[in-house]
Amino acid sequence: MLNLVRETIVSYAFIERNFNLLKRYLSWEILFFSYSIVNALTIGLIMVGRGSSEDVLYLVIGALIWGFLSVMMREVSDAITWERWEGTIEYTFMAPIYRITHLVGSCLFAILYGLLRTALVLAIMPLFFGEHIDLSNANWLTLVVTVLISSLSFIGIGLMAAIFPLLSPEKGQAATGIIQSMLLLVSGIYYEIEVLPTWLQPISQISPATYTLRSIRAAMLENASVESQIGNLSLLLVIGVLLIPLGFWVFHLGEKYAKRVGRLKRSG
Amino acid sequence: MEQPIYGLTVRGVTKHFHRTKRTNDKPRFHQKLQHIFRREKEIIRAVDDISLEVNIGEIYGILGANGSGKSTLIRLISTLLLPDAGSIQVFGDDVVTNSLKVRQVMNRVSVEASFFKRLSSEENLIYAARLYGIPAPEAERKSKQILERLGFDADRMNEEMEHLSRGMQQKVAIARALLTAPMLLLLDEPTTGLDPKSKRDVQAFIEEIRQERNAVIVLTTHDMAEAERLCDKIAIIDKGRFIAEGTVEELIANAPSQNGVPATLEDVFIALTGKGIEEED
Repeated sequence: MLNLVRETIVSYAFIERNFNLLKRYLSWEILFFSYSIVNALTIGLIMVGRGSSEDVLYLVIGALIWGFLSVMMREVSDAITWERWEGTIEYTFMAPIYRITHLVGSCLFAILYGLLRTALVLAIMPLFFGEHIDLSNANWLTLVVTVLISSLSFIGIGLMAAIFPLLSPEKGQAATGIIQSMLLLVSGIYYEIEVLPTWLQPISQISPATYTLRSIRAAMLENASVESQIGNLSLLLVIGVLLIPLGFWVFHLGEKYAKRVGRLKRSG
Repeated sequence: MEQPIYGLTVRGVTKHFHRTKRTNDKPRFHQKLQHIFRREKEIIRAVDDISLEVNIGEIYGILGANGSGKSTLIRLISTLLLPDAGSIQVFGDDVVTNSLKVRQVMNRVSVEASFFKRLSSEENLIYAARLYGIPAPEAERKSKQILERLGFDADRMNEEMEHLSRGMQQKVAIARALLTAPMLLLLDEPTTGLDPKSKRDVQAFIEEIRQERNAVIVLTTHDMAEAERLCDKIAIIDKGRFIAEGTVEELIANAPSQNGVPATLEDVFIALTGKGIEEED
């Protein structure tokens, strides 16, 4: 029990450090935040005047949720990239902490940061879309539950992606980008997965983003309750429960390899 | 009979790296093609069958040129590299099988003061201390004490690290290591690149630590005077191997005097390695 309390306190170190870094790079944050807004706007505006307000919301939800999930996944991986660039990874790896504490700390920050950014973008959306977006029919509880459950899967993917920057910061960032674009393609972010070629559709079935989007769209467009989404949410939970230990295991293998071949040295 | 437990015991440790072979010849087209599919590798023997023992309260110096294997050895001890052969024990615990326990009693200062450059020294130190379970107020108080003893102006603790000089950054790195009160302190060229004043401050502080606590200190350097001043025992490393070990007096006693002038540590180094310490391996 004492150990658990200690490890929780230690994992706070990563959250505090990342928020401190965020403050120091505030101008960059503002830039990325503006990009998120413009991205969601441009995607939503495609449907203004062409489709119903549901169609606009359909695209906006895709842009927002994809923004949240990809930011979260990238943050986990970027935390490692950053430490490789600054050379602090050796000190983090030398500290007497479990790797799980280190990674859970980074993941908690990723969730908080992703939620904060998405909430801000969501709050700004009505200013631009006005009557084209109707959120009165939204079920916010289902939205929150879905986001929390889907976070597990994306953290698992983030942990796996984090081994790429551990082995090579530059190539690692590109590799994370490739995984993200694959998920973007197959998960029905801006379209129904039925429009994908038949051979790609089975991959959609194993992407957690597919189920996330399905439940969130149902919640925001059809006022779907948590109970009505239980099937989707259970699948998401199962994927998350499998992906998180798999992510830790893959990261452990990556760390062992890095220590064997000497890849932890400062790079950048 | 039971073996005595040293602060640090290294036995027959070896670490090799594989590197793509470099050639000065201009490759022909078919060789270039071949190179894409099958890169020739060469083995770098970074650390080759090294053994050492360091007692509690002792400063053990490792003297060697750049690329001689000093930092690789330090990384092996500090659990950042896995040895290919041999074993390393810190206060009786193996660094591979019991790494968490070893990491609790150890810290390191490297030649590069690695920090989050945009964070202040205070933020960096609090972050580092939290990883060792030290609460922020205690970390703040302790780091101020250490930094002041090192001649660092505590008022500058809120400045971003990138605005501090190399000497100041290195002092913060030393504070980071000492905050956790390590029983094994690994100092990997802590004074390289420092101005004379900062160098003296750091060396004096290392002497103070030796007097104050019964820690085990391993110091790598290519500064002969520093090794002479601080180390109880010195090993000379060349191409990953220890080629001599002893106290300064023992090492000098084994070197021939030239024209009646007693040999210096530098003479010993040149006689044993065939090169000056500033030359790279």
